[in-house]
Amino acid sequence: MPKGLVIVDKERCKGCGLCVEACPFGVLDLSSEYNSSGYRVVYMARPDKCTGCAVCANVCPDVALEVYREESSVKGAA
Amino acid sequence: MSVELAIPRGYTRVFSRPAALSEAGFTYCPGCHHGIITRLVAEAIDELGILERTVGIAPVGCAVFLDRFFNCDFVQAAHGRACAVATGIKRARPDLVVFTYQGDGDLAAIGTAETVHAANRGENITVIFVNNGIYGMTGGEMAPTTLPGQRTVTTPRGREPRSHGYPLKISEMLAQLDGPAYITRQAVFDYPHIVKAKRAILKAFRNQLEGKGFSLVEILSTCPTNWRMSPVEAGRWVAEEVSRFYPLGDLKDTG
Repeated sequence: MPKGLVIVDKERCKGCGLCVEACPFGVLDLSSEYNSSGYRVVYMARPDKCTGCAVCANVCPDVALEVYREESSVKGAA
Repeated sequence: MSVELAIPRGYTRVFSRPAALSEAGFTYCPGCHHGIITRLVAEAIDELGILERTVGIAPVGCAVFLDRFFNCDFVQAAHGRACAVATGIKRARPDLVVFTYQGDGDLAAIGTAETVHAANRGENITVIFVNNGIYGMTGGEMAPTTLPGQRTVTTPRGREPRSHGYPLKISEMLAQLDGPAYITRQAVFDYPHIVKAKRAILKAFRNQLEGKGFSLVEILSTCPTNWRMSPVEAGRWVAEEVSRFYPLGDLKDTG
């Protein structure tokens, strides 16, 4: 099970690529899938590399990403 | 438009949409830093627990639809007059938390007088000043904050200070006044700067809650569409060029 998980709200994503550039582990990439606005949406191209650090979600200008972390790797998680 | 997502088994959510934001999608262009700044303001409202008593003043410009994006009350001011409207609301209802969110065409051009005087009076309001050095919504004309040499549709050979004037450093100007409590310049082109910008926005709101007076957070932003750059190139240009001309950091902090 990968440490982190990024869930993309495909209708919010505008395919700007800021998260692809910002991810320290190269997890994300633009897919060949288009949303209803005609933008290519991002997806987890290398999900096993994800640590759930949420840098991608922090740089996303459309608040299109939700980030999850594996419970055992979250310190002090409720 | 958004889908309610179930938390995957064995995982904990570490990042999600702030409650102060509505479900409406942003109308900003792809990769525009406005979206990051709007989210940071929403996160600050969430963290301070002030959503029910916050009133925002929307500008004219790319952020004109802010009232749709936030779950708090909003007033749409005439172009540049956000600080004047905020003054009225804050003086009539000091129990409310009042902030303006303005671009450089709004705050630094047509609204210069209102901004300078609100700052000089030390009005107890919070101002978020988004500086991308261009008129974005109207098609990329030169703004007072456009860098020397920068090409826009109205300065196709680049801004020439001798005929077009020098860029207006609003934050430096306001920091000379006795009125303001906190003037700072931040940027959001990478994660560490986003964290710092968030801290500055939180401080600007806390200052108001503590009655310290006028707080302005200038945030260097991008306009990939009108700068004719990709979002990644635009961010790099802020990091390498714009922030050299407009140095980042606190310009005034009365503590």
